[in-house]
Amino acid sequence: MVEFALPKNSRITTGKTWPKPEGATNVRKFQIYRWNPDDGKNPSVDTYFLDMDKCGPMVLDALIKIKNEIDPTLTFRRSCREGICGSCAMNIDGINTLACIYGLDEIKGDVKIYPLPHMPVVKDLIPDLTHFYAQHASIMPWLETKTNRPAKEWKQSIEDRKKLDGLYECVMCASCSTSCPSYWWNGDRYLGPAALLHAYRWIIDSRDEATGERLDNLEDPFKLYRCHTIMNCAKTCPKGLNPAKAISHIKKMMIDRAV
Amino acid sequence: MADVNRGNRPLSPHLSIYRPQMTSASSIMVRITGIATLGAALLVVWWLLAAATSEPYFAVVDGLLRSWFGDLVMLGATWAIFYHMLGRLRHVIWDFGYCLEVEVAEKLGMGMFVGATVLTVLAALIV
Repeated sequence: MVEFALPKNSRITTGKTWPKPEGATNVRKFQIYRWNPDDGKNPSVDTYFLDMDKCGPMVLDALIKIKNEIDPTLTFRRSCREGICGSCAMNIDGINTLACIYGLDEIKGDVKIYPLPHMPVVKDLIPDLTHFYAQHASIMPWLETKTNRPAKEWKQSIEDRKKLDGLYECVMCASCSTSCPSYWWNGDRYLGPAALLHAYRWIIDSRDEATGERLDNLEDPFKLYRCHTIMNCAKTCPKGLNPAKAISHIKKMMIDRAV
Repeated sequence: MADVNRGNRPLSPHLSIYRPQMTSASSIMVRITGIATLGAALLVVWWLLAAATSEPYFAVVDGLLRSWFGDLVMLGATWAIFYHMLGRLRHVIWDFGYCLEVEVAEKLGMGMFVGATVLTVLAALIV
């Protein structure tokens, strides 16, 4: 349901301002969303200052520097630091992206960092992705076959393999789904761009033999048709993929099989 | 829905922090102009009903709709109907599977704002 205002327990207050680094000439201001599940307070935005002459180039470098040198309680997910694990997805400078591959030089002015939008917060920059993962599981993200298993492997022509380009690269970081206003208002029932891109990835796979069942599963006013081609998903995807296009192809297949 | 709110977890901010995008702005405007067009249509129906009711009543409504304020509202409604029309046209193109690249969709969005304005000016000059 559309609710523009945040619930009472989610309204953001002004948090702590941490001291500036001493003797630094190239200082940058960071405003970061904080929420501690243990103190019973509302979320707040803390202000940090970093000496940019002693900081790495990426947003993740800055976060790690803050955690190491200023405030060890700052909590965020990260792992690969090269845009392949999808852990450090967050809202940076007003758009969703991966902190590890987003350069600090791409941001003008203060650096504002929030968790992925419209998600329950576990702590600080960590959203609860349980429901997001459950939606991904619901589209059967695996090869479904009916014919007998071949002696060696399921083969695919080079042309058919090419159809998976632009789909298989998704790292399930949830940037797209949490940028989508439709997913904000109807995320309980609308599958969202990420799950639907994965659904299309298996629908279009020449080796898969459950195309009909997959389309049946999506034939639903909410699961698929809450997509209004707003395209915030494609605009924000840190891997440059286009979920809106994949969803459009699914909708087209629905019509093609009906007429 | 999976259990996602253990321990009174807050909802992370969304509209208030997400930077407005050409993609989302041009999309929500299609819906807003659709609703505005309905409102304008009701005004016209009101005008027709007044004409069917009595001469003094029609004079009041007609005077209101033809005042400078009425003109302004109708000019806005003209823009809304053109924008909405172009927006739905974009949806038709998308439904055939074309123009779904971000850069193209953004250009079409910009084109909708410019196109609706040009068409409105033309309509105002002709009428």
